[in-house]
Amino acid sequence: MSLLTDLINLNLSDCTNKIIAEYIWIGGSGMDLRSKARTLSGPVADPSKLPKWNYDGSSTGQAPGEDSEVILYPQAIYRDPFRRGNNILVMCDAYTPAGEPIPTNKRCNAAKIFSHPDVAAEEPWYGIEQEYTLLQKDVKWPIGWPLGGYPGPQGPYYCGVGVDKAYGRDIVDSHYKACLYAGINISGINGEVMPGQWEFQVGPSVGISAGDELWVARYILERITEIAGVVLSFDPKPIKGDWNGAGAHTNYSTKSMRNDGGYEVIKKAIEKLGLRHKEHIAAYGEGNERRLTGRHETADINTFLWGVANRGASIRVGRDTEKAGKGYFEDRRPASNMDPYVVTSMIAETTILWKP
Amino acid sequence: MSSLSHLINLDLGRTTKKIIVEYIWIGGSGMDLRSKARTLPGPVTDPSELPLWNYDGSSTDQAPGNDSEIILRPQAIFKDPFRRGNNLLAMCDCYTPAGDPIPTNKRFNAAKIFKHPDVVAEEPWFGIEQEYTLLQKQVKWPLNWPVGGFPGPQGPYYCGVGADKSFGRDIVDAHYKACLYAGINVSGINGEVMPAQWEFQVGPATGISAGDQLWVARYILERITEIAGVVLSFDPKPIPGDWNGAGAHTNYSTKSMRSDGGIHVIKKAIEKLGLRHKEHIAAYGEGNERRLTGRHETADISKFSWGVANRGASIRVGRDTEREGKGYFEDRRPASNMDPYVVTSMVAETTILWKP
Repeated sequence: MSLLTDLINLNLSDCTNKIIAEYIWIGGSGMDLRSKARTLSGPVADPSKLPKWNYDGSSTGQAPGEDSEVILYPQAIYRDPFRRGNNILVMCDAYTPAGEPIPTNKRCNAAKIFSHPDVAAEEPWYGIEQEYTLLQKDVKWPIGWPLGGYPGPQGPYYCGVGVDKAYGRDIVDSHYKACLYAGINISGINGEVMPGQWEFQVGPSVGISAGDELWVARYILERITEIAGVVLSFDPKPIKGDWNGAGAHTNYSTKSMRNDGGYEVIKKAIEKLGLRHKEHIAAYGEGNERRLTGRHETADINTFLWGVANRGASIRVGRDTEKAGKGYFEDRRPASNMDPYVVTSMIAETTILWKP
Repeated sequence: MSSLSHLINLDLGRTTKKIIVEYIWIGGSGMDLRSKARTLPGPVTDPSELPLWNYDGSSTDQAPGNDSEIILRPQAIFKDPFRRGNNLLAMCDCYTPAGDPIPTNKRFNAAKIFKHPDVVAEEPWFGIEQEYTLLQKQVKWPLNWPVGGFPGPQGPYYCGVGADKSFGRDIVDAHYKACLYAGINVSGINGEVMPAQWEFQVGPATGISAGDQLWVARYILERITEIAGVVLSFDPKPIPGDWNGAGAHTNYSTKSMRSDGGIHVIKKAIEKLGLRHKEHIAAYGEGNERRLTGRHETADISKFSWGVANRGASIRVGRDTEREGKGYFEDRRPASNMDPYVVTSMVAETTILWKP
């Protein structure tokens, strides 16, 4: 199929000023990514210069058939690693024709929180550790796992190497480079404890951009698994039993936490999070109760506890931070299928704006 | 097959001034595309520089064996994305040796309509949304559908991403770039509601060129599916049951509709179309009655209706157009297997020339 590849890889910059912009949005389930492309005169680097667009909301569970238009507002631009050249990916959020955010648009509210002067002054940084599982295409079972059976128990797979320990590295490595090419701040990757499960980290990102970058990284990952013929799962507990779940641990710091004396600010913030544990858990992803059992490096979903270097806690503070007296902390509660707009803005809101 | 690709991709520009021109025409069924190539001195920048040619009409059901020559008249040229260099694709229409258009030549009449001074003055623009389905080669079943079964119901596939939601993106992406390279005004692409169904849009294109561009875009698509080993279908209802059909929604505007007060011109035009509903439907594609059922985002074939943002109507006016008081409208009735020469010229004729 190299002739097909020749066409896919055509560099149009030699023959036209036109660019292709892939508009990406989140569909009606809150987790399904959708996208479509349009031709524009390019190049374009500023999302405010991109035209608004619209799509058929009745096909994504977001509008009725007789009034189906949902409007797309471009919010962030990244280089397209698939089409390359001057072509772009555009992360959008969704509005009614009257200009109201539709109910599944979580970005709008998050952007409001991040625009609040008190929050902006604290420059909130996020590092999100996105875990995910790769499944076979024709049967809902992880790649590399024998059909009708299980691989050997967990132990050899975490950061493992070798055909009997690492399943799907191609996908992970191409995703890593594709995201860096796109301009997404991927800070690292690793193989996870359960075979067929991987993790990438996005960050540090400031404010709303953490959500934008994570969603586009998820999109790029799903495009890559599509090419590889493998199904991507963000289920927080894909396999029952003695197999790890998948989370989206969210590392967080504010200006005050990063400065001298920050450790006290961190402790106060953790206290506030403890007082709103139920509210946060409700917003931290569907099905999380199957994952947060108190086993497999999680804390029980009903218990809030924190500790230094403690992976069995709701919140973990790193030894570096404890030693330096400043730094950041890790909220280990969010599930892999969380919405980063919701989680990042809620943490900022609770720790900076909320008064108990 | 790398040595074959090497030969296919030879850049002849360095060794000769000769170019290869692929003459394309429509065969006896009105939907079957045909083509053959010839060597000419190059470069060529205008279709009038290309010689007339001829072909064996008795092999395409367009002439009897004892008087088989059909004359090809080049009408539009595009850069050849397969041979690249200075090589060309030439869209032609067909005549008897005496110079009359043969019965299947629909371009001739369309060109007459588009040359009428009243039509020329209105500068009719068209944007055609061509939907199509990709089928497996060995069995007449959509690409990646389980043989002997069905994929999960419609919902996740519209603009979807992922190996379990998007089937055949390679073809779509190669087609997008190939058409832009060729000089065809493809304005966008998207995955459709039924899995393995896709859409590309050509336009805005003025007058006769909408038909030329769409036919060559269809040709390029069929060349690409040929490379991919996949069968291209323009059937308007490829799978009976709760699966969307395939259309060729035709967006349309005239100078008056695009100017201030245009919304009234639009409403009058829609009224006229309503009065000729039966005539238009008869020319809008074979088998359309299987598709226009009133379900799956269509209006019933025997009823004429229109509405703003209403995807269940025969004609849809966008919210933008309603708000600005000018713009364009979308005729949602044409089937995917319509002839764009017929549909575009008929819409222009009814709305500009016809008096009720």
